[in-house]
Amino acid sequence: MRKWLDPITTAWNGIVTHKLRSFLTILGIVIGVGAVITLMSVGRGAEEQILSNIQNLGSNLITVRPGAFTFGGVRGGMSQTLTIEDSQAISEQVSNISAVAPSYTSSLQLVYGGSNTNSQVTGTTPEYIAVNNLEMAGGTFFSYDDYQRGNKVVVLGSNIADTLFSDTDPIGQQIRMGTIIVRVIGVLESKGFMFGSSDDIVFIPLTAMQQTVAQPRTPQGGRIVSAVSLTVSDETQTQNVIDSITSLLRTRHHLAITADDDFNIMSTEEIASTLSEAMGTMTLLLGAIAAISLLVGGIGVMNIMLVSVLERTREIGIRKALGARERDIWGQFLIEAAFLSFAGGIIGVIAGWGISYAIAKMGIMTTLVTPDIVILAVSVSVGIGLFFGFYPAWNASRLNPIEALRSE
Amino acid sequence: MIKLESITKTYPMGKRELTVLRGVDLHIKEGELVAIMGPSGSGKSTMLNLMGCLDKPTSGTYYLEDREVSRLNGGELAQVRGRQIGFIFQTFNLLPRLSALANVELGMRYVGGSDRKKAREALVKVGLEERINHRPTELSGGEQQRVAIARALVKNPPLLLADEPTGNLDSTSGGEIISMLTSLHTEQNITLVMITHDADIAHHCQRIIHLKDGQIVTEENA
Repeated sequence: MRKWLDPITTAWNGIVTHKLRSFLTILGIVIGVGAVITLMSVGRGAEEQILSNIQNLGSNLITVRPGAFTFGGVRGGMSQTLTIEDSQAISEQVSNISAVAPSYTSSLQLVYGGSNTNSQVTGTTPEYIAVNNLEMAGGTFFSYDDYQRGNKVVVLGSNIADTLFSDTDPIGQQIRMGTIIVRVIGVLESKGFMFGSSDDIVFIPLTAMQQTVAQPRTPQGGRIVSAVSLTVSDETQTQNVIDSITSLLRTRHHLAITADDDFNIMSTEEIASTLSEAMGTMTLLLGAIAAISLLVGGIGVMNIMLVSVLERTREIGIRKALGARERDIWGQFLIEAAFLSFAGGIIGVIAGWGISYAIAKMGIMTTLVTPDIVILAVSVSVGIGLFFGFYPAWNASRLNPIEALRSE
Repeated sequence: MIKLESITKTYPMGKRELTVLRGVDLHIKEGELVAIMGPSGSGKSTMLNLMGCLDKPTSGTYYLEDREVSRLNGGELAQVRGRQIGFIFQTFNLLPRLSALANVELGMRYVGGSDRKKAREALVKVGLEERINHRPTELSGGEQQRVAIARALVKNPPLLLADEPTGNLDSTSGGEIISMLTSLHTEQNITLVMITHDADIAHHCQRIIHLKDGQIVTEENA
């Protein structure tokens, strides 16, 4: 009845009789598994953070930009093809959209008292705040009235506000922007540090911006914009909206059927999927780096098992004389190796989990431990134990009983 | 019980070969008590190891209980050792980290599984009921050898092989071990083959076999 238990108790005895050695072996695996869990949770956390930042931009946001589609690289040729007139046409002719905001961005010098900074200035329409899902920290966004009249009022991104006005309340203050004087009427809530952040941008009515920056025109006389952003009223229609805008703009730009689009359209969903793919790769890379330490831990298991076999040669001889077959001896050492690395795996998961929790708690980074990481780490650690335990166990099982009994 | 027919055993020694047994023929009947004597290097231990299925002969055949074991493979030999043969060594060969009880249990470990109750009974039989939980280092030499005897007997093997069982003991405890072995032999009708240097001990046996240079030189009945 106790037959199945015997190999386990034997392995357990082998482990507890060498407590320090077993502890150090387990520690190697603990560090490996812990590193895998920690680094992968950091990667997963970053992934999650980026996705939630993108969701902050508004999940139904579509952005049209001039030029061919490239991502994470250089935008092709800075072609200036998108105009305010395109934006108006989209707003009038495409259905299922709720708001459209053309914007023109330029870099300008901002001066307030003794402090000055160079910043991105975006001239746009009042719809911009709704389209891009921005929130006000104080004051208001400029109104339709401001836009109509070309009032020189600006709304500051939170970083710009901090840079220019360290202590003073920016609202109501006058700053110099390029060649004109503007009045601050609002400050935006911070959107976080990630992609597409409005924190470093100054917003001004496009009509007011034209008074300090000459907005370039196309040969046909269209006023060029840097981007057109719009929101889809029904998210299930996102693809239809993209298709309608594409055909509308192709017609307006007189593109031949064979020609590539001279603009690109991106929805938040697309950005999210592209970024999460990139982040997934990063997580894997981090995991791979950590896996090296797991490999080193596995070699540690093998080392210890080889020493253990050598040291217990006589014991193996005795066991063989008492009727142990090769597979009994082999199983004994393999179970021992698997047990060491399994224990290391479990403790490593707990340690890694704890560390990633601490990292998140201290606010260094967002971390996320997912079940698949845990399962992966534990099964890989046991696999490593079996893999690296195999050779020493095989060595042990093949010892000649007479020579083994003679050894000291 | 045991039938050896023109058994030879050679070991490779570098480029040459060392011949340890040169054609041994031997027949041991069931229930016999046999002593093997001879100078060191005469091949006593090699012969005992072959009988114990710890090693295979280079040539010749070996029948154990009418089964030709010289043809068996490693796993089958292990089974034969486990089921049919009890070993007693000069150096006791107990596992130092295990208690006396656990050492005796080890005797059943590979043949049907450990059984604490049987192990305890075997220790009582060799008079160690007080020392069940002691480790070998906490026992005297004579007590250690009694644990080893309990370990060999716990699975009730028909054949007991002892390689100088008193070689590491003083004469008093050596005498105790020998009388224990001989009484076990008479009570349980175990076949017992024992290597010894001690002529007094050999004369407790029914038959004495003298080995020299890998051959049986004389057999005498005591």
